[in-house]
Amino acid sequence: MKTNYDIVVIGGGPAGLAAAIAAYDGGAKDIVILEREAQTGGILNQCIHNGFGLTRFKESLSGPEYAARFQREAEARQIETLTETTVLSLTADRQVTAISPTRGIFTLQAKAVILAMGCRERSRGALNIAGSRPAGIYSAGTAQKYVNIKGYMPGKEVVILGSGDIGLIMARRMTLEGAKVHAVCEIMPYSSGLRRNIVQCLDDFGIPLYLNHTITKIEGKDRVTGVTVSEVDENKRPIPGTEMHFDCDTVLFSVGLIPENELTKQAGIPLSPGTRGAVVDQTRQTMAEGIFACGNVLQVHDLVDFVSEEAEIAGRAAADYVSAGAKERKTVDVVNGQNVSYALPQKLDKNTAGSVKMFFRVRRAMRDCTVEVKCGDVLIASRKRKVVTPGEMESVLLTEDKLAVVDGTLTLSVKEN
Amino acid sequence: MYDVMVIGGGVIGGAVLRELSKYRLKVCLVEKESDVAMGASKANSGIVHAGFDAAEGSLKAKFNVSGNEMMEEYAEELGVRFSRIGSLVLAFSEEDERMLQTLRARGEKNGVKGLRVIGQSELREMEPNVSHAAVGALYAPTGGIVCPYELTIAAIGNAMDNGAELYTDFDVTEIERGNGAFTVFDAEGRALRAKLLINCAGLGAEKIARLCGDTSIHIGARRGEYILLDKESAGAARHTLFMTPTAKGKGILVSPTADGNILLGPTAEELREPSTDTTAEGLASVTEGAKRLCESVPLQSVITSFAGVRAYSDRHDFIIEESGSAAGVIHLAGIESPGLTSAPAIAKYTVENLVGKHFSLVGNENFSGRRAPDYFFKQLSVQEKNALIAQDPAYGKIVCRCEQITEGEIVRAVRENPPARNIDAVKRRTRAGMGRCQGGFCQPSVAEIIARETGIPLEQVTKSGKHSRLLAGRSK
Amino acid sequence: MLQTITCIECPIGCTIEVETEGGAVVSVRGNGCPRGKAYAQSEATCPVRVVTSTVRTSSGEMVPVKTSAPVRKSEIFRVMKIINAAHPDLPLHIGDVLVRNVDEGADLVVTGNAE
Repeated sequence: MKTNYDIVVIGGGPAGLAAAIAAYDGGAKDIVILEREAQTGGILNQCIHNGFGLTRFKESLSGPEYAARFQREAEARQIETLTETTVLSLTADRQVTAISPTRGIFTLQAKAVILAMGCRERSRGALNIAGSRPAGIYSAGTAQKYVNIKGYMPGKEVVILGSGDIGLIMARRMTLEGAKVHAVCEIMPYSSGLRRNIVQCLDDFGIPLYLNHTITKIEGKDRVTGVTVSEVDENKRPIPGTEMHFDCDTVLFSVGLIPENELTKQAGIPLSPGTRGAVVDQTRQTMAEGIFACGNVLQVHDLVDFVSEEAEIAGRAAADYVSAGAKERKTVDVVNGQNVSYALPQKLDKNTAGSVKMFFRVRRAMRDCTVEVKCGDVLIASRKRKVVTPGEMESVLLTEDKLAVVDGTLTLSVKEN
Repeated sequence: MYDVMVIGGGVIGGAVLRELSKYRLKVCLVEKESDVAMGASKANSGIVHAGFDAAEGSLKAKFNVSGNEMMEEYAEELGVRFSRIGSLVLAFSEEDERMLQTLRARGEKNGVKGLRVIGQSELREMEPNVSHAAVGALYAPTGGIVCPYELTIAAIGNAMDNGAELYTDFDVTEIERGNGAFTVFDAEGRALRAKLLINCAGLGAEKIARLCGDTSIHIGARRGEYILLDKESAGAARHTLFMTPTAKGKGILVSPTADGNILLGPTAEELREPSTDTTAEGLASVTEGAKRLCESVPLQSVITSFAGVRAYSDRHDFIIEESGSAAGVIHLAGIESPGLTSAPAIAKYTVENLVGKHFSLVGNENFSGRRAPDYFFKQLSVQEKNALIAQDPAYGKIVCRCEQITEGEIVRAVRENPPARNIDAVKRRTRAGMGRCQGGFCQPSVAEIIARETGIPLEQVTKSGKHSRLLAGRSK
Repeated sequence: MLQTITCIECPIGCTIEVETEGGAVVSVRGNGCPRGKAYAQSEATCPVRVVTSTVRTSSGEMVPVKTSAPVRKSEIFRVMKIINAAHPDLPLHIGDVLVRNVDEGADLVVTGNAE
C-alpha cells in the first residue's frame, strides 16, 4: 500500500475537490483525497435546493449538480480518492493517520496537506436552553439529511430557532413535504440568511419570522410537545411577559456553524478566534509549514462559489510548495479595525508576489460605508459599499503595487459615511 | 418463579442483581423505563466520595467508606473506568476553615484515610485554576470519579451474562402476595412471580412499598441541574472541587468526569412533581457556583446541560432493611448521595445479610465477574484494531466523528447485555452522539444500525424508548 | 392595486412599490436598478419559482429533482403532488427528464446521479 504522497487532501467536499483539482493543474500529480462518507461531495449532497454556482457558473445549480461538476473534473484527472476513510490524527510534520473498513488504520506521509474538513452545526446543548430533552430536537442539517437523503420526516409541526440559511431552506423544505412550520425565531435584530431565502422560503409560504426572539423553554417528556418563545432585550435576555407558546412536535436549530478544527488543533496549528479556523497567509498556508486550509474549515462561507475559489488558492499553493519546497516567509499581520469581526488572511507574506483579495465580515449591519485597509497612515485599499451585513462575507482587493509599500501591520476597518 | 426480583435498574438495583448472580438463585430485575440507569443513575455527579460528609455512625458513613474501598476492584472487574483523582473541599473564610477541621475529624472517625487540611499555596500548586479567593482546602486522596450509568449498565450486563434476567418497560402497578410468593404485575398486564422482592425503585420506592402494604417509606424528590463542558476544557479542574458544605448541602461542584469532560453542578431543589427539565435559574446558579470555585470557567465549551432527580427519605439516612410490615420485601430506599459510592457495599451487605436470611446462599460455580469494557476497542493497540477490522470491517467505519466511535462498537452495544434498543442507550454505552456535535452527524446512522440490527423499520427507532420516536414517518 | 415588494436581486434589498390595474403594471417606484424593476414587475403580475425536491425511486432511494424552469408560484403544491407521485427506476443521471411539462413547459429533471 502506498504511504507517501505529495499532497494529502483531508475531506472530499467542495473545498477538498476544488483544492485537489487546482493542485493537479498546478503540477502536483501525486494526490490523494481522504473522504469519510461513501462518496465525495460533502454537505452539497443533501443541499438539493438551487442557487449554487450563480457566481462561478452564472447558473443556478442544486448542491449535487454543483458537486458533480467537480467530481467529474477530479475523475478526469484520475485523482485518487479513498472513501469511507476518516482521518484520526494529524501531526505538524504532515503524518496523517486514518481508518477505513478496507484498510484498517494506516498512516500516510505527505509533503503537503490540505485541510478541507468543513464545519459542523452548533447544537442545542451549546445554547443552554432550559426545559426537557425529548425526541424531536434536531439541528437543521440533521433534519435535512433525514428528509433529503433518508426520505423520512422528522416531524409535522415545526418551530425553527435561528434564521441562518439552512434554517430558512429547511422551513421551505419541510413545508413542501407537508409539515406546518409555525415560526422561525431569530435572537438577533436581523437575519443572517440571504434575503432571497427570506422571501422565497418564508414569505412565499406565510411563515412568520420573529426577530429579537428566542426559544426559552422546550416542553415534552418523550417527544417535543411545545416551546415557549420570548422576545429578548438588547442584551439578548428574555423579556418577562413577552412569552408566546407554540404547540409543535419538532424544534430545528439553525444557530451557527463551527469550523471542524479538531485535527488542526491536534497538530498544534494556531487558530484565529475570529474565524475559529487556522491562521493563514494569502496562499492559505497555515502557520505549520506545508499545511494549507480552505473552505468552511478555514472560515464559514455563505456561498460555495467562494469555497471553490479559496480552495483553488490553497491547491495551487500546495502544488507550488511541493515543487519548490519550503521558502522563508516574511509576514505582516492583518488586524480587525473598527466594525470588523474578522479579516482573512490574517497574515500577508511579503515574499509572495501578487494581488491579495481580503475577505472579511462586519460586526453590524451598516449602510453607505467605506472599507479601508491601512498600513499606519498609508491607505492601501478602499472600497465603498451601499450595504454590509454580518451575514454576508465582504471582500476588498489589495493590489500588488500598493502592497509593495506595506512594511508593518495592516488594519481593515469599515466606517459609515 | 424467581427466587429474587429486584425492582429498579439503577446503580443500587444493578449492584444487587450482580451480587445475587454470584449465587445459585433464579433472579430477575424489572425496570419501568426502556433501558437501565434511566433515573438518578444517569444524571448525577459521578463522584466516589471519600466519606467525611456523613454523620458518624450513620448508614451513609458506614457504606460510603466501605463502598469507596471496594470501588476500585468492583469497577475493574466490570470494565468500568474509575480514577482516584482526589477531592478538595475549598474554604473561603475563617468559618469555612473551622468547618474543614470538623470535616476532617468526622472523616477520621468514619475511617477515611489520608485526609489533610492544606494551605493556599499547596492548594494552588495542586489545582492551578482554583479560585484565588480560596484560602485552604480539605484534601481527600481517596475521592474518585466513575461514570454512574456505565457502572450500572456493566453490573446489570454482567449479571445477565451470569444468568440474571432483565425486563424493561415493566412499570409495576400491582403486587399480590399468596402461597409464599409475590405476583408482580405491570401496566400492560404482564405478571412475574418471585419469592423475595428487593425494592430499589429510587423515586418509586414509596409506591412499591405501598403496593406491598408498607406505608413506612416516604420519599422526596430533589432536582439537580448540571452543565457539561467539552473535553477541550479538561484543564479547568484536576480534582473534584467542593464548596465547604452548609446546612443546605454540599453545593455546586466542579469535577473532571471519567470520560475527560468537566462537569458543573448540581443545584438542589425540592420538587413536588419529579421533573428532569432544566431551568434558566438553575443553570445560571450552576455557572455562578462554578465561578466561585474556579478562577476561570470555560463556558464557551458548554456541550450540554441536563438534570437528574435524586430520591431521599424523610429519615435522611439510607433505608437498608427488610420491611417490618411486609415480610419478604427488602427496601433499599432513600439512597441519595453517597449512594453511588456505597453501591457495592450495600449490595454485598444486602445479599449476605438480608437475602441470606431467606435463602441458604450457595455459590454459583459458573459465575464470572469480569465483563469486557464497552470501550474495549479504544484500548486495543493499532495491530489489534487492524486484526479486528480485517475480521469485521464495521470496526473500520467511524460513525460518530466527535468521539471516534465505529459501527462495530455500536453493533456490539445493540447485541451485548443489557441490549441497547434506542439512540440514548447506544450513546450511554458507546459515547456515540455524546461529543461536541451532540449527535448532529451520527444520529441518522445510529438509528439505521439499530433498525437493521433489531429488525424494525427506521421510523420505529426511538430516542429513549416508549413514545420518543425520532421520526414522523416516511416522506412521499 | 398597490403592492410592496422587497427586491432580492442584491443585498441592498430595495423596497419597491408596484401599481397594477387589471393585472397590468402601471408604475414601479423605489427600484435602484433595472433588474429590480424587472423582478418587481414579475412578482407583482405572475411570480414564478424553481421547485426543488426529491423523488422516491421504485427501489426506495431518494434522488434530488428540480423543475427545469420556474413554475408559477400558485402551482407549487400541485407540482409537489406530481413530484411525490413519481417513482422512477434507477439508474438516474443529472438532466434526466422524469415528467414533461409540469407547469407552463417546465419539466421535472433529475439533479443528482444515482446508480
